[in-house]
Amino acid sequence: MTPKARRDLWLISTLIPEGSRVLDLGCGDGELLRLLQRKGCSGTGVDMSPSNLVAAMRSGVDVIQLDLDRQLGEFADDSYDVVVLSRTLQTVRHPRHVLQEIGRIAVHSLVSMPNFAHWRNRLRLLSGRMPMSKDLPFEWYDTPNLHHSSLPDLEPLFSGLGMVIDTRIPLDASGRPHRLGNLAPNLVASSSLYLLHARR
Amino acid sequence: MTTHLDRSVGLVTTRTARVFDDAHPLTLRSGATLGQVDVAYETYGTLNHARDNAVFICHALTGDAHAAGFHDGDTKPGWWDTIIGPGKPIDTGTWYVVCANLLGGCQGTTGPSSTNPTTGEPYGLDFPLLDMGDFVEVHRALGRHLGIDRFAAVVGGSLGGMQALQWAIDHPSEVGRAIIIAASSRLTAQNIAFSAVGRQAIMRDGDFREGRFLTEGTAPRRGLAVARMMAHITYLSETGFEEKFGRSAQRGELTKNFGVDFAIESYLEHQGERFLSRFDALSYLYLTRVMDYFDPFADPQALDALLDDPVRFLVLSFDTDWRFSTEHSRRIVRHLEGARLPTSFREIHSAWGHDSFLLDIPDYHATVRAFLERAAEDLS
Repeated sequence: MTPKARRDLWLISTLIPEGSRVLDLGCGDGELLRLLQRKGCSGTGVDMSPSNLVAAMRSGVDVIQLDLDRQLGEFADDSYDVVVLSRTLQTVRHPRHVLQEIGRIAVHSLVSMPNFAHWRNRLRLLSGRMPMSKDLPFEWYDTPNLHHSSLPDLEPLFSGLGMVIDTRIPLDASGRPHRLGNLAPNLVASSSLYLLHARR
Repeated sequence: MTTHLDRSVGLVTTRTARVFDDAHPLTLRSGATLGQVDVAYETYGTLNHARDNAVFICHALTGDAHAAGFHDGDTKPGWWDTIIGPGKPIDTGTWYVVCANLLGGCQGTTGPSSTNPTTGEPYGLDFPLLDMGDFVEVHRALGRHLGIDRFAAVVGGSLGGMQALQWAIDHPSEVGRAIIIAASSRLTAQNIAFSAVGRQAIMRDGDFREGRFLTEGTAPRRGLAVARMMAHITYLSETGFEEKFGRSAQRGELTKNFGVDFAIESYLEHQGERFLSRFDALSYLYLTRVMDYFDPFADPQALDALLDDPVRFLVLSFDTDWRFSTEHSRRIVRHLEGARLPTSFREIHSAWGHDSFLLDIPDYHATVRAFLERAAEDLS
């Protein structure tokens, strides 16, 4: 895992209360859950990649292999304290459905997503090319990212699903909170992290 | 030069222990008792001083105690030699591995073809009906016999996985981790249907003699062979059969007749015949019936003991297994993870159906290896 990703996960880990039961959707090799174990948290990672699942298991993280689009129904209502969906929403086929399921599985969630409307991406589009950046590093024909969104386009989706934004943390390209992020987040944030709670 | 003994536990022998006797009989779940219970078992590796590195292997319907290594003079190793041995996923350099023939079996452990000490004749159908928990009680008794109070892991595929699950539910303080592979926590109507037809083939064979065939010197060979042939169809996937046999002819070309013409027919015939030399029809009836009735989560208090003493679970399925499909494993996971027990689950890709659990499939073995390497780390 790159240092950038670790900073991103480190930030998330600081936002989760000690002792929480956490479901990490798109958990990779289990890095976040390992960080959280040190805070007395327990939980489960979800991924589809065999090598990630094996690595997570080897490191003592419990993982369940399933497809986020089709199989989140395996988890019971309110069975976790917090669901994390870090840099994964843009890769699922049905983001609306996945968010709905997240709100069902836990009241609290942390969701992060790359910001397509970052100024560099806008410049690149103006030059006639599809955006590519640290946060969107893929060629259009070979990308796991099925959806691109700006922050003003993303946020109404949350509210439409009864998910209230408690905090928005605009991040710079290295996964740190952006210095100027709260002034013009949609322009300067490379990605954005949301703390949400689902209305019950 | 590599030989068949590389990464093998080498030459092994099956031993027998009497774990219940008239002074200390086994009381079964049904309330019936068995005065004498002998267990056939093998061990591989070395039990450490702390006696905490033991792994118990539970075998499937037609398995036996000979899981790994070679019996003197044999060229074929034990039934799970792919996964047990030095440097293999169940690494005998780390673990003291115990495998026993289960109660009701016919490979050295007391079962319906054993002699009933009160009559001096084979039990036959007088042998009491068994429960998954009875298998576990006998495994535990063997553990005590070997000086093992707690197994770091209990591992099994198919019926073996069901025993691992039952053990974890009944005696969680004696189980560190449970690996449940291609198993089920409740057979479907289709599963029971296959099981029923297998038993009918045996019981309708004229030589079954209402279960007294051993006394009368016959054996329901045709019935048992048919049961095995049919069951074997459910152990492989359609793709697996297609890859192995397709529609190829047994003798060069097809010659339209009612005998064995297609290669698949010859294969099934062979499987049925080979089975007769090593398996007993009564054991087949008793063991399949235990699976039919197995439904551990039906008891709403089933997980109470486990919640006080959590076992770490690894549940595995194979995507082409249609005998116990992935949905069977998902159901187990829903119960365990839903009760907040530490649970991992993987669906492994394999073309070979239910029997995949016996094969050397790299992703499958890497998963078991990772889970047990972590368990070894937790020991020290």
